Amino acid sequence: MASDKVQQLNDAEFDSAIGSEQPTLVDFWAPWCGPCKAIGPVVEELAEEYEGKISIAKMNVDDNPVTPGKFGIRAIPTLILFKGGEVVDQITGAVGKTQLVDLINKAL
Amino acid sequence: MTIEKSHYELIILGAGPAGLTAGLYASRARIDHVLIEKGAPGGQVLTTDWVDNYPGFPEGISGFDLSDKMTAHAKRFDVNIMTKEVASVELEDPDAKRIVFGDGSAITCDALIICTGASPNKLGIPGEAELAGKGVSYCGTCDAPFYRNMHVAVIGGGDTAVEEADYLTRFASKVTIVHRRDELRAIKILQETVFANKKIDYVWNSRVTSIEGDKEVERLQLVDNDGNTSALEVQGVFILIGITPNNEMLPLERLEADEWGFIPTDGETLTSIPGVFAAGDIRSKLMRQVVNACGEGANSVVAADHYLKTKSEN
Repeated sequence: MASDKVQQLNDAEFDSAIGSEQPTLVDFWAPWCGPCKAIGPVVEELAEEYEGKISIAKMNVDDNPVTPGKFGIRAIPTLILFKGGEVVDQITGAVGKTQLVDLINKAL
Repeated sequence: MTIEKSHYELIILGAGPAGLTAGLYASRARIDHVLIEKGAPGGQVLTTDWVDNYPGFPEGISGFDLSDKMTAHAKRFDVNIMTKEVASVELEDPDAKRIVFGDGSAITCDALIICTGASPNKLGIPGEAELAGKGVSYCGTCDAPFYRNMHVAVIGGGDTAVEEADYLTRFASKVTIVHRRDELRAIKILQETVFANKKIDYVWNSRVTSIEGDKEVERLQLVDNDGNTSALEVQGVFILIGITPNNEMLPLERLEADEWGFIPTDGETLTSIPGVFAAGDIRSKLMRQVVNACGEGANSVVAADHYLKTKSEN
């Protein structure tokens, strides 16, 4: 049930994607990571629910080595909330929807 | 996700191996059921690199693939899976055991099977929360590739710690196992593997007292059983010191739990409350493996079915 509301980001387009005033939540993941898979449906659901308020995007850390290094990502899934190109806050691990909603609300 | 109806004969909480097996058996028994999971199905086995002790897979199978197969198997028999986060469980009314969701909505059931599983323990020491995701990890199979050619520590001496230490050596240049005892608790076949692995060394009889680093993990402060302190320079630390039950949504003032928070049951998986069953890692027991989680999940459905039939006759 992949949602077309979740944008797949790569290193080249990352900066422009997070630069907007509308907040962007980026899910850094990899195909071999169990907890990333576990959290996947929750991220998709949030993309549906928060459409128009925030953008939700995913970045595969296997295919994109530059951006994860820049943000010091050493564990996945890590979800970072950006606003105007700046990091608002971040969270690591397969957390529940409530915690992700709390995170998103920090930028709304 | 919208709620289709408000009452079910049977609700199963959690879609790890126990819950998926319970769902499979409930669906085949044509019991009116729903299986509730906060994320994708799979449970802790999703984070297990390799499963070598589940019968029927003589070559072994990755935890990722095994959970995929279990999910596909359940779906083949049309298990009704609902993706929703449970906030609380209310067990006052025997005829309407109530599941309340994070968004405030609720559904009820006659019989409930709790398969909420467990999560990795934390050390609870300074630096752990601050450096989580910045060198502090609880999942070797997830994060090992970030530690290519680095020195990392593994805290713990059980099966998971030892398996993950061995896996980490595929990427890390050196892995140091820090254990509070003078011998490993892991089963012998796993001990043989790590003792033969030249990239692994050991700090025995020691505990970590703090994790230090400016932006990322730089070192651990250790203390041995005689009180001597030392520092261990590492770029990552994997904390694999057992599990804690996922019981925060359960009404433990009403439902009996053991001193660690696991749920005791009788031999048929019945808890202290009639019509409430527990299966898998949340259950109070000696061994926590996929093989007995599945067995208990199947057993709990037969016990729940018996409860439902007895109830409807009265």
